Amino acid sequence: MSNSSVSQITSLTALQLAARLRGRDLTVTQALDAYYAAIDAKEPAYHCYTSLCREHAYARAAQVQARLDAGDVRSPLAGVPLAVKDLICTKGLETTCASRMLAGFVPPYDAAVIEKTAAADMILLGKTNMDEFAMGSTTETSAAGATRNPRNPDHVPGGSSGGSAAAVAAKEAPIALGSDTGGSIRQPCAYCGVTGLKPTYGAVSRYGLIAYASSLDQIGPIGRDAADCAALFGIIRGRDPRDGTSVELPPDTPKPVQGLRVGLPREFFGEGLQPEVAAAVLAARDRLAALGAQIVTLSLPLAAYAIPTYYIIACAEACSNLSRYDGIKYGHWSRDAENLRETYVRSRSEGFGMEVKRRIMLGNFVLSSGYFDAYYKKALQAKRLIQQGFFEAFGRCDVILGPVAPTTAPRLGESLADPLKMYLSDIYTVMVNLAGLPALAVPCGEDSAGLPVGLQLIGQPFDEATLFSAGYGLAS
Amino acid sequence: MTIDRDLVLYLESLARIRLTEEERAKCEADLQSIIAYFDQLNALDTEGVEPLSHSFPIVNVTRADETAPSMDPELLLQNAPKEKDGCFWVMRAVE
Repeated sequence: MSNSSVSQITSLTALQLAARLRGRDLTVTQALDAYYAAIDAKEPAYHCYTSLCREHAYARAAQVQARLDAGDVRSPLAGVPLAVKDLICTKGLETTCASRMLAGFVPPYDAAVIEKTAAADMILLGKTNMDEFAMGSTTETSAAGATRNPRNPDHVPGGSSGGSAAAVAAKEAPIALGSDTGGSIRQPCAYCGVTGLKPTYGAVSRYGLIAYASSLDQIGPIGRDAADCAALFGIIRGRDPRDGTSVELPPDTPKPVQGLRVGLPREFFGEGLQPEVAAAVLAARDRLAALGAQIVTLSLPLAAYAIPTYYIIACAEACSNLSRYDGIKYGHWSRDAENLRETYVRSRSEGFGMEVKRRIMLGNFVLSSGYFDAYYKKALQAKRLIQQGFFEAFGRCDVILGPVAPTTAPRLGESLADPLKMYLSDIYTVMVNLAGLPALAVPCGEDSAGLPVGLQLIGQPFDEATLFSAGYGLAS
Repeated sequence: MTIDRDLVLYLESLARIRLTEEERAKCEADLQSIIAYFDQLNALDTEGVEPLSHSFPIVNVTRADETAPSMDPELLLQNAPKEKDGCFWVMRAVE
């Protein structure tokens, strides 16, 4: 396949590609050929993937093509290749969480979102790189090595879903799945200049998602634009009896941008915000106002407490969730240990990287006797106040607009030395997870170095449709 | 809150993790700055606020009590570091 025909195919959005496949202008195999050619050409520079599944993909392509040929179109994205973050279980295909702990782990079952995208006739291209166990904001904590930002390979792609966002930005995938516990879809989308949705907590089944902080984790789409994300969200959402926190969703009734009340929290435009990021987000505010949106200034006074609240809760849940890695049932096993306790200690010490160890230890600290009330219980109380703050704000507006991150993508290596500094960069994203709300990250410009800036639109629970409607408005 | 080497050792023990001396020293400093940051929460008045575990009020989620086939044990044991007679192999837990 020539370079020009590869780039013609990989430049299409997922919905455009699906239309070409339905119209028989292209075959599913040609789409796969183009994407694997792009991957082969670009992976040495960007390292978006932890593994590829060519054989599986071409076998699926034949089945899907037969259905398309017979006019049996199973979804708006039928035939479209999909990249999946490597913490979502794929039956028969290695799932590592970018950790030594799960090197070689082959899940015996598919996650709910894998079943759903397969039933929609989407085709898995491979698994994408991430921060180890989704703990990090740069994809540098990956045991597989860092991913680079396709917009400038000296910079990080963000994290933890850095591989998924970079693959979509580098046109190594038309569309991808990521997960967002404290910004892990939105922040890499902002850094790489692509669009991504963190759905309302409970909108998408977490069955088969390897848990980090269960009360905050959500799987969501990453795409070239809001329409692609809406299409993939439509496929993966909905109740699943295997995830007791997933819920039946109300019908989509998007509010139009004309007359939409857009709230700007003062706290999102204060100290620490890179001026070029502020300028790009405010320019987007003006575009929404020009489309007829009504701009409302408001306050989220609890914003200052978001980071400690988030990290206390996330680390507490992580230390509990990650206690399952003991070297017995699956995962890394230290074979020389002399007794059972040593098996646990050595397997875990060898299997986990430093950021994961740090968060497990922080979790043990906030849950331990004598500190539980002062830290963990206090954080759960703060979480309620943070959620109430949003609900009060939504009395005056329909969506909230703000930056995704205080800066554009940092250089590789800048964030690892000081973990607290890395945590502080999550200031605008973690509140959304604490409150369980949906948020859409949309690119809105560049800084003077040409690095992308992203904004986020935060919605009321289960009102993703309005976020997409505002997202289309911003893009047009 | 002051973090010292003994507390780090205690947390290692709770976490079933052993750090190297070098990692331990770095960890002590990192935990000190992170937990000092957590302490900012003390300034927030939470008197009488009910803790919020789950974002939305969903309670008593149940499913129909129906039997279904279990997952194939052979498949489940494929990832076990060591197995014996169709079971996970574990070192003696009680002497």
